Amino acid sequence: MDGIVIIGAGEAGTRAAFALREAGFAGSVTLAGTEPHLPYERPPLSKPLNGAVQMKPICGAAALQAAGIDYLQGVSALRLDPAARSVALSDGRRLAYDKLLLATGARPRRLTCPGAERALDFRTYADAAAIFSRAESGKGVAIIGGGLIGMELAAVLRGKGITVSVIEAAPKPLGRAVPPRFATKLHARHQQEGVAFHLGQGIAEITDNAVRLADGSAVPADVVVAAIGVLPDVGLAEAAGLATGNGILTDAFLRTSDPAIFAAGDCAAVAQPGGGHVRFESWRNARNQAETAARNMAGGKEAFAAIPWFWTDQYDLGLQVAGLPQLDHQSVTRQLDGGELEFYLDGGRLVAAAGLGLGNALAKDIKLAEMLIAAGIGPDPAVLADPGANLKALLKSARAA
Amino acid sequence: MSNVITWVPACKLDDIEQEGAIRFDHAGRTYAIYRGPDDSVYCTAGLCTHEAIHLADGLVMDYEVECPKHSGAFDYRTGEAIRLPACENLKTYPAEIVNGEVRVALG
Repeated sequence: MDGIVIIGAGEAGTRAAFALREAGFAGSVTLAGTEPHLPYERPPLSKPLNGAVQMKPICGAAALQAAGIDYLQGVSALRLDPAARSVALSDGRRLAYDKLLLATGARPRRLTCPGAERALDFRTYADAAAIFSRAESGKGVAIIGGGLIGMELAAVLRGKGITVSVIEAAPKPLGRAVPPRFATKLHARHQQEGVAFHLGQGIAEITDNAVRLADGSAVPADVVVAAIGVLPDVGLAEAAGLATGNGILTDAFLRTSDPAIFAAGDCAAVAQPGGGHVRFESWRNARNQAETAARNMAGGKEAFAAIPWFWTDQYDLGLQVAGLPQLDHQSVTRQLDGGELEFYLDGGRLVAAAGLGLGNALAKDIKLAEMLIAAGIGPDPAVLADPGANLKALLKSARAA
Repeated sequence: MSNVITWVPACKLDDIEQEGAIRFDHAGRTYAIYRGPDDSVYCTAGLCTHEAIHLADGLVMDYEVECPKHSGAFDYRTGEAIRLPACENLKTYPAEIVNGEVRVALG
């Protein structure tokens, strides 16, 4: 009995280790993480408290010990040998396993322009500490990439009185994951807060004090951050001959092409009922997939079917999105005191919902929408649009039906 | 140390939706007051034990409140943490309705 080895101690790997115990797995559990810390939460990194970057551990050393999880800190996996069911680690050890979970996460995409090495990444605690120690009041920061991470960082830095420019290759920011209605509103808010946008712009070069754009203009910057997305960390899987694409390919049970090896979180591209594989990059997805993978490694056979969900906080606004809104969905808007909800229907069936409002004002509505989506109902659009129509009552009647 | 309960007037029962919650701030602290599906009232500490998020913004279903950010959940009658990532129980306080007014004992 060689037990279970987990490669990667981020949200997915750490959650899986505990979920194995919750599923009753009694064998050995080894959790190996590259970073020199206890496992920590990444979402707080973009939200420094009183100017200091938050290090919020997912769990303490005592909790790991109490659960009988052998945590290998600052240790990475060098080579995976599926035939021998073993993995070689950077500390010289070779661990044998019965089952292995790849929770290797993702790493920031790098720029390729001249001077790219001057741009800071924003993924780890060390990255956040480097950015916030250099970005002081009076300095200018250029953020390359107007996605969720770039825009969250812009909001935090504006809150500290720092001059912020966002440079984005697409004609609009937040084009990838945020429904257009809310992307437009968040963009406008950033403009009101004084963020300078350079849209539809490629990067020619990064110098000591500026980012030179493809059109020849220069954006002055003391600090440059690259936030142009992440790439799944598939190197270990690929070298071991596992099937990979945009991520480590898994079936619906989160098994890779080797049935003894599972994958979860940012690195995993999961087979969809309609065909193809989808990879998600969110805190909740990392936890949900970790739990499903853990139960399946412990002997279960559960298809992963959670509804995707994420949140982003920018200034005093909170956005939450449940499901995957698409441009060809019918959208229905509901105006509320604290903000706005948008529901998305596909052939009459509710498939996604999003809400933007002050703080967490719309969180409970999005949660109800998520349960309505899971219930598979086709609600009357007029009811969805009516702020007086109670979503909880709609859910209860759907469940009773 | 006094054994006498000091009741603090908080709100009217009608200020809280049935199966709902409101935030109540008193003496520099924040609480959540709940109205159950049977119109009984309960009071807990206002912030989730996982991260400092106001629970009154979360969804109340039956006797459960869910954190609006990370989906940790508590039984608001007992304060028991019933879903991760919440693992530490919430402190609870006595609450009662007198003539349509909700009062809580925060001592």
